[in-house]
Amino acid sequence: MTQRTKLFLLNHGPLLTTVAIFLLAYIIGGQLYPAMQKPQVFFNLFINNGSLLIVSIGMTFVILTGGIDLSVASVIALTTVASAVLLQNGLPPLVVMPLMLLMGVAFGAVLGGFIHFLKVQPFVVTLMGSFFARGMAYIISLTSVTIKDPFYNSLALTPIYIPFVPNAYVYSYALVGPMLFLATIYLAFFTRFGRTVYAIGNNEQSARLMGLPVGRTKISVYAFSGFCSALAGIVWSIALLSGYGRYAPSMELDAIASVVMGGTMLTGGVGNVIGTLFGVLINGTIVSLLQFNGTLSSWWTRIGVGALTLVFIGIQSLFYVRRKSVG
Amino acid sequence: MLETTDAILLMRGISKIFPGVTALEDVDFALRPGEIHALMGENGAGKSTLIKVLTGVEHPDNGSIELAGRLVQVRSPQHSQSLGISTVYQEVNLCTNLSVAENILLGNEPRRFGTIDWRRMNALAAQALKRLDIDIDVARPLGNYSLAIQQMVAIVRALEIESARILILDEPTSSLDANETSRLFDVMRKLRASGIAIVFVTHFLDQVYQVSDRITVLRNGRLVGTYDTESLPRVELIAKMLGRSLADLETVSRARAEHELPDAQSLALKATGLGHKGTLEPLDLALRAGEVVGLAGLLGSGRSELARLLFGVDTPDAGSLEVGGAPVTRHGPGESLRRGIALCPEDRKVEGIVKDLTIRENIILALQARQGWARYLPESKQYEIAERFVRLLGIVTPSVDQLVGNLSGGNQQKVILARWLAINPRILILDEPTRGIDVGAKAEIQKLVLDLADEGKSIVFISSELEEVLRISQRVIVMRDQRKAAEYGKDVNAQTIIHTMAGHQ
Repeated sequence: MTQRTKLFLLNHGPLLTTVAIFLLAYIIGGQLYPAMQKPQVFFNLFINNGSLLIVSIGMTFVILTGGIDLSVASVIALTTVASAVLLQNGLPPLVVMPLMLLMGVAFGAVLGGFIHFLKVQPFVVTLMGSFFARGMAYIISLTSVTIKDPFYNSLALTPIYIPFVPNAYVYSYALVGPMLFLATIYLAFFTRFGRTVYAIGNNEQSARLMGLPVGRTKISVYAFSGFCSALAGIVWSIALLSGYGRYAPSMELDAIASVVMGGTMLTGGVGNVIGTLFGVLINGTIVSLLQFNGTLSSWWTRIGVGALTLVFIGIQSLFYVRRKSVG
Repeated sequence: MLETTDAILLMRGISKIFPGVTALEDVDFALRPGEIHALMGENGAGKSTLIKVLTGVEHPDNGSIELAGRLVQVRSPQHSQSLGISTVYQEVNLCTNLSVAENILLGNEPRRFGTIDWRRMNALAAQALKRLDIDIDVARPLGNYSLAIQQMVAIVRALEIESARILILDEPTSSLDANETSRLFDVMRKLRASGIAIVFVTHFLDQVYQVSDRITVLRNGRLVGTYDTESLPRVELIAKMLGRSLADLETVSRARAEHELPDAQSLALKATGLGHKGTLEPLDLALRAGEVVGLAGLLGSGRSELARLLFGVDTPDAGSLEVGGAPVTRHGPGESLRRGIALCPEDRKVEGIVKDLTIRENIILALQARQGWARYLPESKQYEIAERFVRLLGIVTPSVDQLVGNLSGGNQQKVILARWLAINPRILILDEPTRGIDVGAKAEIQKLVLDLADEGKSIVFISSELEEVLRISQRVIVMRDQRKAAEYGKDVNAQTIIHTMAGHQ
């Protein structure tokens, strides 16, 4: 092996492993359950995991700086309830949606401010944020609120057919995640903000000495995660046409697992959203496999994701050690 | 006198006082464009404080800084960078996960409509490196390259982004091998030719003579002088760093060496071929009861490493150690304490005192640790012990409940000594016990050491001050380049020791 390919493999090993495992799981599933070979099953992954993909993308940026955001699932729940109630009170959807996004950004920025200015652990701040958001959701409404808005209904129920693939479709809200995904690839690799995120995750002190805007970037990252959570909440409320404080239970942990399975290191500085996309797809594939099987408890999903996440953390540290020793 | 002609940087009368210690006193420093200026001095000489003043980390209490003829006040590290003063540290302050090009240009990267122009960025970075004859793939992560390359990338960043006119290299070669070092020197010479002024901080004498044009020596916070490297023989440089002129040192009494040991046969400690890969070459050492053995050597020569090895902070990977005739099988500070060995570490601020605890608590620390935390020493007993040592060592304080952080350097040192004396050790390793304390306190501590030896304790005395090593030790071991260079008995003089330190026998 030439030095070049060796380095390529070392630098991209975790990502390649993630992609390989996704393909493997999908192909094995196709062999076991012929119904899984239908293209629609693949597109269902995006329909069913739209919100997870969106928050996982936001989470990726937070984890890249070396932080964590435990508030994402609660913000989803809060967004669904708040938008359902606002719509019920006759506010037009085109006011409700931007309002929710604004709330997400503000919420994240406040958390980021606590983390940066008061030097509180991200874990603690976002956990408190999580309690706050989930609590607020129940204060707004203790019960599930149905959304009857015609615009939401049309978004939820109009299929968009995939060109060149017969009979395959997605709903409009399933496209939000992939679009965000493309935008964040640009954000991560082609803007100073993105590169600063990586620099902070590697060594915050160095980033500061290099004259990079560390504080601004850290706060922005949490604001962005808040934005993603609110966006995921909007997608969720469209998909289920309702809002409820109980929605998205512990989804923050699924998001973290997806990010880690995608090859992003919890210590920061290493990883990218491409891996996260495949992390989410693996998560979704395991769920599909169990659904096709039909006899296994759905809790096997959790066990499967847990085991895979552990395996990935092992693989990552192996690669990391190797990469260090190549020098 | 300070030469002021064509200097790019003039520091005059710089003083900096920290609570309890004068770090810099009336220091002058002049830097010319296009020179490599070595800054030399032992630990505590004031090198790092001078650099911190120059880079805005510390603000001087007195004195002025002139940059290219203009009076400036360096407010912060960022401000100093904007003034064209850049520092490259031993640990590289860059991001290893980013590409070389990003590390050079991030913050100043070429963009089009907010989008990073990677192709141009890589080209610019490659060009900047080429100017210093470094030809590497700038798209690869910095972490893929050796420390030497990383350091050069840091230098290139300093030159590109901050358009540095003054480059401070703080111990840049400590973790480089010979090849990498010579590569760094090539880069330094190239920069010198382009008119950049370089301050080179190091403790490797060879390297100073290899690249530097002038040398400024500091000692105990004072300026000893600035010299042309060519006209300053190595032996004289060492004498200046250690603080005495050769002639002065000639007259130091070696009275102690004549001192008869009452119990000369019994060995308190015996090390055979003791070594640790990378920090200390294997060496032999024997320590008799009641003997003071001096360890002389420059910073980085391996003196503190030997102390750490004897005390068990580091575990030796070669040789054997016997304490009181019994071989040591398990190493570790706790084990050593139980065997009656104590170490007073070199950096009392970091490794010695706990400045937010009181004198009593500091003194009791080691004793309590040896007893085990379960058997709590009653408070009355603690006061009794603390008060006895305050009296015995003459620690100047209103009460034993005073916080140690409020004491002067000399008194802090005595508190640490008291801590170890409280456990009544048989072997005491003192690493620079008199550094940074005033002359009177120094003499007291030296006297104390001799009294302890008279009681039958064995003492390893490490000091950069040749004078006190000569005065109080029976034997002197000279360390150089992480090995034992020589061992001398009573018939040794300063001349011989300095020559041994300098590397010519």
